[in-house]
Amino acid sequence: MIKIGGIKRTTVLLTLLTVVMFGFGYALVPLYDVFCEVTGLNGKTARIYGKEASKLVVDKERFVTIQFDSNINGNLAWKLKADQKFLKANPGKFYVATYTVENMINEEIVGQAIPSVTPQIASLYLKKAECFCFKSQVLKPGEKKKLTVRFEIDKDIPKDVESLTLSYTFFRALKDKKRVS
Amino acid sequence: MSTKAHADHDHHDHKPTGIKRWLFSTNHKDIGTMYLVFSLIMFFIGGSMAMIIRAELFQPGLQFVDPQFYNSMVTVHALVMIFGAIMPAGVGLANWMIPIMIGAPDMALPRMNNMSFWIMPFAFALLLGTFFMEGGAPAGGWTMYPPLVLQTGKAFPFLIFAVHFLGISSIMGAINIIATVFNMRAPGMTLMRLPLFVWTWVITAFLLIASMPVLAGAVTMLLTDKYFGTSFFNAAGGGDPVLFQHIFWFFGHPEVYILILPAFGIISQIIPTFARKPLFGYASMVYATASIAILSFFVWAHHMFTVGLPINGELFFMYATMLIAVPTGVKVFNWVATMWKGAMTFETPMLFALAFVILFTIGGFSGLMLGITPVDFQYHDTYFVVAHFHYVLLTGAVFALMASAYYWLPKWTGHMYDEKLAKIHFWLSAIFANVLFFPQHFLGLAGMPRRIPDYSVQFADFNMVSSLGGFAYGISQLLFVYIVIKCVLGGKKATGQVWEGARGLEWTLSSPPPYHSFTKSPKVTKALMDY
Ligand code: HEM
Ligand SMILES: [Cu+2]
Repeated sequence: MIKIGGIKRTTVLLTLLTVVMFGFGYALVPLYDVFCEVTGLNGKTARIYGKEASKLVVDKERFVTIQFDSNINGNLAWKLKADQKFLKANPGKFYVATYTVENMINEEIVGQAIPSVTPQIASLYLKKAECFCFKSQVLKPGEKKKLTVRFEIDKDIPKDVESLTLSYTFFRALKDKKRVS
Repeated sequence: MSTKAHADHDHHDHKPTGIKRWLFSTNHKDIGTMYLVFSLIMFFIGGSMAMIIRAELFQPGLQFVDPQFYNSMVTVHALVMIFGAIMPAGVGLANWMIPIMIGAPDMALPRMNNMSFWIMPFAFALLLGTFFMEGGAPAGGWTMYPPLVLQTGKAFPFLIFAVHFLGISSIMGAINIIATVFNMRAPGMTLMRLPLFVWTWVITAFLLIASMPVLAGAVTMLLTDKYFGTSFFNAAGGGDPVLFQHIFWFFGHPEVYILILPAFGIISQIIPTFARKPLFGYASMVYATASIAILSFFVWAHHMFTVGLPINGELFFMYATMLIAVPTGVKVFNWVATMWKGAMTFETPMLFALAFVILFTIGGFSGLMLGITPVDFQYHDTYFVVAHFHYVLLTGAVFALMASAYYWLPKWTGHMYDEKLAKIHFWLSAIFANVLFFPQHFLGLAGMPRRIPDYSVQFADFNMVSSLGGFAYGISQLLFVYIVIKCVLGGKKATGQVWEGARGLEWTLSSPPPYHSFTKSPKVTKALMDY
């Protein structure tokens, strides 16, 4: 019993399903980003804007230790160093930390810093007002530069987080023309 | 539609001859045969790569190949075996058997069938051609994790397009199978009378359609990351390499069931035949297969326990993974219960099926161990994982394919194969596959990492044993080729029934079946399956 119409219909439906699933693969990308943002996975740091910043209350009782870490990705001839090893911060108060970056070769390079926080849960509560990672950095041959990040630790940070690490990795920026892939 | 055309003129059993018969074939049996021969060739190509791997690992130190080439051996071996040997063998069996099991004259979409086959040699030409390119063949592992895979040389786009073509081919095959089973069953062949091989293939086909496009998406993202400046997986541009692993394994775990479900179907055909009893718990087999398939989309991160998942994620994926063991257990139970008090005989297909039940279960157990999050931190990326997936894939999927070949060869060729040689082939395979892979459990537990051409000396003894087992297993497979050729060329005439205990429409046809199978739809009754 061959159902010719049925064959056509099944084929069309299944082809449609194939296309939908291809789309689903791509939909996983924004889904993943939203998921990471909500849960703080991925260590991507949060931001704080003017309005919220003006309403902060400082918690003088509590200290959270922030350790600073720096890395350079494989194909970038830069040197990056945190100017302070660590900092004890009261939640609700703004702090400034600085890094020194230096271009080690005779060539202008564009770099991009990517932040990461561990433990991951803490990344939701480390909020930045200003950061050198918000835009890419251009260094002339041999140039040395001070970089700053201004942030606060949110007062709702879980009690068991007594210390956290803020780490930056510099990559050669995608828009750097001479970037080798 | 061409199926109709077929049905109209198939009284005269005419067929094209020579090369044209194969190039332009729309006949399900010819295409099935081409798939099977192709997969056997790929089995030997992939097998030769395994021989090189085992030769290099025979002793510590670097003896034969440089590490880069070793890595491309590991990578291409896996791709060839998965996409070239096991999957096409399954599709070949489906092509040959499904129409004659459900009483249809041919597949629903014969022209697409021809195309889906001929894409395959083309795709593998792309993949294997990379060995002759600057930078060599892909060496970043079959899992193609970025950023490593992005360092692939000229071979990179060829790898991606080969994967695309293989995906397209298998999706076309899957659509064809579902269209055939849903629309071309003989009267009386209700869904719950379908032979289990047909059921497992329908479910496999849905898995293929749902998962292969996701892989296609993932590799397309790799391609645009490398050449078009996107940053899906590039941290410098705000992407995340771990995202690739999520997408890949969302495909990857269903993929392992794509490899094993048809094997479950085969075993469910063979055991009743040689136990001379109907399959125990037919309905529960169907539901178990379907639940395995659905669950397989919710366990992917058990391949990623060590990437830094949150604790709740680790727990969810651990429990979900454990859950799959339940329907799998139902299946094993049903196979054993089918044999219980059966009048069993031990022809070669049955021997392979029995070995499958035992050895696949061992692979399932090591899988359970790997599924326990805290211990996987130790086992991950060691030889324990290699042992696990070879138990489920070689002594699992490949043994089932061997069983099916012996089971259906008489039906395909009209001749009985040489039972004595086949038994020798079975024992050599069963013994040496274990010599090959069992020691790898110990190596893994002791901490030997996978995908490394050299190792520290305390691993030397087990590696030597494993390599010896590997060479012996590899050589024994030549015997299989000899047996198949001998059977094709001649031998005792096979009856239509072939096996005393075999039940189902395919055994009502002559051996070999006529070029066009069921010219008139047979009537299917319950008695057809009775003992
Ligand atoms: C009871 C069922 C199973 C469980 C619980 C299970 C569990 C696992 C786990 C947890 C891993 C990851 C190990 C690691 O990388 O640390 C794994 C790897 C693997 N499994 Fe299974 N598995 C099962 C059945 C199967 C089946 C039936 C197949 C194929 C037919 C299979 C094929 C594979 C493959 C190919 C890998 C390695 C992938 C790679 O990293 O290259 N597994 N399994
Ligand atoms: Cu898995």
